[in-house]
Amino acid sequence: MRAICFYFQVHQPYRLRQYRFFDIGKNHNYFDDFANETILRKIADRCYLPANKMMLELIQKHGSRFRIAFSLSGTVMSQLQEYAPEVLDSFRELADTGCVEFLAETYAHSLSSLKSKTEFQRQVRNHVAMVEELFGQTPQVFRNTELIYSDEISDMVAEMGYKAQLTEGARHILGWRSPNFLYTSASSPQLKLLLKNFTLSDDIAFRFSNRGWKEWPLTTEKYVHWLKSLNKNEEIVNLFLDYETFGEHQWAETGIFDFMRKLPEQVLSNTDFAFLNPSEVADQFQPISPMHVQYPISWADEERDLTAWLGNEMQDEAFDRLYELEDKMKEVTDPKLQRDWDRLQGSDHFYYQCTKWFSDGDVHKYFNPYDSPYDAFINYMNILADFKLEIEKHLAGKSSDDPHAAEIAQLEARLQYLKSQVS
Amino acid sequence: MFGWEFPPHISGGLGTACYGLTRGMVQQEVDVIFVVPKMYGDEVQEDLSLISAEEVPVTIMEKDVHYYNEHFRYIEVSSAMVPYMDPEEYRRLHESTTTTTTSEDAIRWNQKMSFTGGYKGDLLGEVARYALIGTSLGHREEFDLIHAHDWLTYPAGIAAKNASGKPLAIHVHATEFDRSGENVNQEVYQIEKMGMEAADLVIAVSNLTRNTVIHRYGISPDKVFTVHNAVDFSEGDSLGEVKRYTPEKIVTFLGRITYQKGPEYFIEAAKKVLEREPNVRFVMAGSGDMMNKMIRRVAELGISMNFHFTGFLKGDDVPTMFRMSDVYVMPSVSEPFGISPLEAMRSNVPVIISKQSGVAEILEHAIKVDFWDVDAIADAIYGILKYPALTQTFRQHGKSEVFTLKWENAAHEVKKLYEPLIYT
Repeated sequence: MRAICFYFQVHQPYRLRQYRFFDIGKNHNYFDDFANETILRKIADRCYLPANKMMLELIQKHGSRFRIAFSLSGTVMSQLQEYAPEVLDSFRELADTGCVEFLAETYAHSLSSLKSKTEFQRQVRNHVAMVEELFGQTPQVFRNTELIYSDEISDMVAEMGYKAQLTEGARHILGWRSPNFLYTSASSPQLKLLLKNFTLSDDIAFRFSNRGWKEWPLTTEKYVHWLKSLNKNEEIVNLFLDYETFGEHQWAETGIFDFMRKLPEQVLSNTDFAFLNPSEVADQFQPISPMHVQYPISWADEERDLTAWLGNEMQDEAFDRLYELEDKMKEVTDPKLQRDWDRLQGSDHFYYQCTKWFSDGDVHKYFNPYDSPYDAFINYMNILADFKLEIEKHLAGKSSDDPHAAEIAQLEARLQYLKSQVS
Repeated sequence: MFGWEFPPHISGGLGTACYGLTRGMVQQEVDVIFVVPKMYGDEVQEDLSLISAEEVPVTIMEKDVHYYNEHFRYIEVSSAMVPYMDPEEYRRLHESTTTTTTSEDAIRWNQKMSFTGGYKGDLLGEVARYALIGTSLGHREEFDLIHAHDWLTYPAGIAAKNASGKPLAIHVHATEFDRSGENVNQEVYQIEKMGMEAADLVIAVSNLTRNTVIHRYGISPDKVFTVHNAVDFSEGDSLGEVKRYTPEKIVTFLGRITYQKGPEYFIEAAKKVLEREPNVRFVMAGSGDMMNKMIRRVAELGISMNFHFTGFLKGDDVPTMFRMSDVYVMPSVSEPFGISPLEAMRSNVPVIISKQSGVAEILEHAIKVDFWDVDAIADAIYGILKYPALTQTFRQHGKSEVFTLKWENAAHEVKKLYEPLIYT
């Protein structure tokens, strides 16, 4: 048996409001609630709701033979709770079919795996708790922000008990090897690796509506033909896509929904492929080899590295200054500060500060609310400066409260004692 | 008087100085007609008559146009050259394609010309068209003397002088050497030199600038005089006390972020101060062609939690910024005058200024350093922050010092310089 494994990433960041120097110390609301709500509502209507409906119909039509996986970032789940709860209902309906697997990731869609093990594991635990609460499943498989992966990260993931992790079938790592097999981590061999087939995934995610592409228009028949013409020995095709591909990156008018609606039937009737979700792939196939990844890889850009988020002076500075606050955050008990701490860690904030897009094109520009990476950096650092002040204020308040509390307690005990003496 | 900008539509010190001087002149009972390329309708008019070049019908003959085109032939070709960068427009520069009316069109079709009044696009063409207005006004208006502010208006001043035969004073607020260092734009330099040579009187805003005029442009010292700028005391007074929301002391740089202003020395000094005293915030207010480079440098030094960029400040944000500051630093590489330290002192803020600024000639109660001496700048900042007595002294004496620098006095000096020209 050979398998097609679909996984869809669902993520929206908490976008920041325009935050000026004059706001520091004065205004502690960092997020653009209006933009976040409007964008989420728009995407819910264009993508999440119609796509979930389609997936549900496909599952109902093909019984348990059509299986897929989702990973929802914590920030998108929180925003859905607030702005579009009906989307969560439709995900829950999908979960109830038993054909849909939900994966674990970091709550904040953060880059914490590159910086701090404790912070990383804290966020994964928070994310898992949320998935359990919303969808009644405990994730078995992990996917990191932007499919970022390295040996070091795999050790942390394995330690948390996950059986498999998803990452990119990066060409510079695989060399002559094919992504269409199961691999394992080189440093933690018990952790299996599913590698994205970036050609077949990006044919749908990026090139589907590109009229300059020689394969345009992409029909279901043509795509299934490509699947059939893969080497018969190859066992797994991992199709990892942003869920927003349906209706948002590729508008409904491009025919993306019709393409997907026809796909399961064509695959099931014309090929020897079955649809499996990531846990099943990890259970049913034999890993063929360990994979060494010394320097982190990701699924972004041509380089498949971290340079979309980290690397230029501004990104590194913002990243270092943010995680300098981690130790202090461990003492913080204020829920508002804890919430902001999560949201400020979103990888998107660093993505906006990328200077590569001067050369690396449209994808970056498309998602960027700022005029320039410099604006993004200034805005982020202003907010971080205020956030730091707020943390310090909170901690100072706590420690100065404590001696008073102790004194009051002491006096009260004394009072009790004296009263008891009197009576 | 020919100017290029007038409050509130200003991009820097030039508009502020023109406004201050004009008001001073009015107090000296001198009638002033102030001409700007473009008016927006909300200019402060008070007792002077303000004329927009767009409202002036062109009264000259077509042969004059040919004369000017001939004269400014080199001007019309190089349209992309922008010696003075408006901070806001700098960003939009690459996208904007300005369509401009040529002089011929203007005369043939509507007898009036349009101006952008900015510093972008076909700037030299605009300067040349502005000169045509000079001729028209020279024919039309009644006046005793022509006064032109900075190179953009020199051709208009010369034209008005040729048309009317009245004496010409030119006012040098900055030279091309201040704006571009040693890599001067030859065309701008030529216009400046032409204006200084044609003038009967050259007024420089500092001895520093006077020396530049004499030595770099070869102008006879006999007709070059220094009149220092002053400061306007009314602006921002309605603000009252500005509340501060951050506990740290604030050290401010405010100005265009360009080579001339020495922003990099401020940053290096900030790094040194923060190594010794982390509880300080540095603010670089303004924008300009070196801004992105400066942001990267601050990030590279790892001080961006304590070093903030505000972008270009408008309206009340400027006086607010001054009032929030504990130290004001102006590390200019070359500054003909530099009005901003006076504005800071007016707000009770101690100032550190570079010895390479004109304002250093008249200020006693300021710390003066070489712009390149980052250690000295850092020392001075640290000293003011750490030793309150220093701040007290500077506040006490600085404010009274700055109050003696009135536009009225500057205008009085200018009037005295006019007199021999008018009554001979």
